[in-house]
Amino acid sequence: MRNRKITPYALVLPAWAWLALFFVVPIGGMLSLSLTTGNVITGFEQSFAVGNYVDAVSTYWEQILRSLFYGACATVLCIAIGYPVAYWIAFKGGPYKSTYLLLILLPFFVSFVLRTISWRFLLSDNGVVLGPLKSVGLVPEGFALLNSAPAVILGLAYNFLPFMILPIYAVLERMDPRMVEAAHDLYAGRFQAFVRVILPVSLPGVFAGVLMTFIPTSSDYVNASVLGGTHNTMIGNVIQTQYLINNNYPIASSITFVLMGLLLIGIFSYARALGTERVMEVHA
Amino acid sequence: MATSTTSPTPEAPPATEPAANRPAITLNGVVKAFRSGSETVRAVDGVDLAIEAGEFFSLLGPSGCGKTTTMRMIAGFEEPTEGTVLLEGKDVTGVAANHRDVNMVFQSYALFPHMSVADNVAFGLRRRRVPKDQIRTRVAEMLDLVELGHRAKHRPTQLSGGQQQRVALARALVNQPSALLLDEPLGALDLKLRQSMQVELKRIQREVGITFVYVTHDQGEALTMSDRIAVMNEGRVEQLGTPAEIYERPATRFVADFIGTSNLVRGVVKGRAGDHWKVEVADGATALVAELPDTVTTGAHIHLTVRPEKMRIGTDAPGTDVSRVPGTVTETVYMGSSTHYQVDIGGGEEVTVYQQNASGSTLVAQRGESVWLSWRPEHSYALSS
Ligand SMILES: Nc1ncnc2c1ncn2[C@@H]1O[C@H](COP(=O)(O)OP(=O)(O)OP(=O)(O)O)[C@@H](O)[C@H]1O
Ligand SMILES: [Mg+2]
Repeated sequence: MRNRKITPYALVLPAWAWLALFFVVPIGGMLSLSLTTGNVITGFEQSFAVGNYVDAVSTYWEQILRSLFYGACATVLCIAIGYPVAYWIAFKGGPYKSTYLLLILLPFFVSFVLRTISWRFLLSDNGVVLGPLKSVGLVPEGFALLNSAPAVILGLAYNFLPFMILPIYAVLERMDPRMVEAAHDLYAGRFQAFVRVILPVSLPGVFAGVLMTFIPTSSDYVNASVLGGTHNTMIGNVIQTQYLINNNYPIASSITFVLMGLLLIGIFSYARALGTERVMEVHA
Repeated sequence: MATSTTSPTPEAPPATEPAANRPAITLNGVVKAFRSGSETVRAVDGVDLAIEAGEFFSLLGPSGCGKTTTMRMIAGFEEPTEGTVLLEGKDVTGVAANHRDVNMVFQSYALFPHMSVADNVAFGLRRRRVPKDQIRTRVAEMLDLVELGHRAKHRPTQLSGGQQQRVALARALVNQPSALLLDEPLGALDLKLRQSMQVELKRIQREVGITFVYVTHDQGEALTMSDRIAVMNEGRVEQLGTPAEIYERPATRFVADFIGTSNLVRGVVKGRAGDHWKVEVADGATALVAELPDTVTTGAHIHLTVRPEKMRIGTDAPGTDVSRVPGTVTETVYMGSSTHYQVDIGGGEEVTVYQQNASGSTLVAQRGESVWLSWRPEHSYALSS
């Protein structure tokens, strides 16, 4: 009897140990680091200086807001592009569904940074996008995309699009086609069937997709540094600079916690707005 | 509703018959061919049906015979490759499902998981823009009819299989369609629930008076519930008739085999004897048959079918006014209310006989004993194929 009760716990022990070692310990360490004063040369002293947080927010509120804004824009763009793609593969993909999914994942075999750098060529002043547009006169000669907010947002959306497509595809693919037929049978046209049945039933997938794009896009720094130039820095860039260049660990960690807090608040209010029941429920 | 007439004079009297005489559903030479790779499967292969208004009509047949495909063409989810579908006399071939006045109950129920039971039932009425207060009363009435009034606010996932089934029924019926299409609606339920739902469905059909088209592969279900049955095989209708006609007088070998247990006996027509035909069966025994198809003449080889409960078994020789065949009992199975005998009648043929145990549990004959089998001339039929 005793052994039986212990066995399940014994089995999850490695997982708990893993989490404790690589998640709880670093987070605890960072929390204590964010409440220290000093510098790398003289060392850091645990002073419980809440002032670090005040400094972080008052100095970098602009980058924080910009990050959340870019992340939100990229996420919306991902929904706008990703939902139709997922819908098309799930309902019209026929026997080639897995081929299409593979095609979507194919760019992932190339390094994230390289993919982003290749967008510099795409968006450059006389590159494949702007070059032809300028030569036919659709776009003025001086127009530039690179080193602008749209370039960063486009790059973010591009890099994280599969994270939106996959969860939406997963719910749409599992959806009972008879349920859609039932909607038609009950006098719903294509639009009504989509709005009243397909879309609401696929919301958990959209929710998962939003989590998987909004969190990494709003804390990303690669896209902003490669495509954004000097005027579009995101909070990720600030953290990177503070950590690796200035070695100002207390400020870097307090910014990290501020960002984490904001993301958590955002996600929970988003879940509430959608209705937790709807989002957490798994539709068989 | 799309109108199929393109008459330039709208005042012209309708060319169709009055509503009362018009079948609710008519299928004219309907064919459905699916292409899978290089071959085409003719899932439905020339079906003609006229289903009367208010009828409980069943499509019965083995798996893959085209029942669902036939029904999906009536609902508008599939278009026939050939032929036409008429609803109340109007040609609806090519009309989308959401513009057809029939509703379907799916085997998987296909309820909307994100809506309450009441919202599921109200779905069709809302799409048709029925006034709100009417929707409320009609949904409440319908939920009472299926005895789920107290579950109106629940989600479908919180209900049992039988309750979900009734929600699916209510969701379709509330629209007062001209016909309700049910595709094996009880297939997912256990036996007890199935039986009580059969009674329930019959009651509801009587109460609302709507035409029911019921798909099943369960012959017992079809026989007990239907007004008429179409027995399907390989995309065609083998026989169309009332349950009694189909059970008592199977038209083809397929129907005889598929519905209940039936004995098939080979025989040779010997000529007429009074009102009946004499047919030599087994090793020279004589069977009497009341009717033979017109095409059959003396000397023809035919198959006779006799239901096991129509045969009498006994040790005394029967009279000459009935079919009389001698045989040997090879197996007896006591079933409680009846006993089943397997009897070897010679010529390599074996038949099954059901005998009611009306006078106690004593066997008429033991295994290995010689017996006489007899049946009345009107209880055996020649099969056409
Ligand atoms: N969409 C389709 N594509 C290709 N073949 C199909 C399609 N739908 C049905 N068929 C084929 O048509 C035939 C009849 O199918 P149908 O579903 O009508 O049978 P059924 O009588 O309802 O059988 P069951 O009792 O198993 O439900 C089957 O051979 C099936 O494989
Ligand atoms: Mg079927």
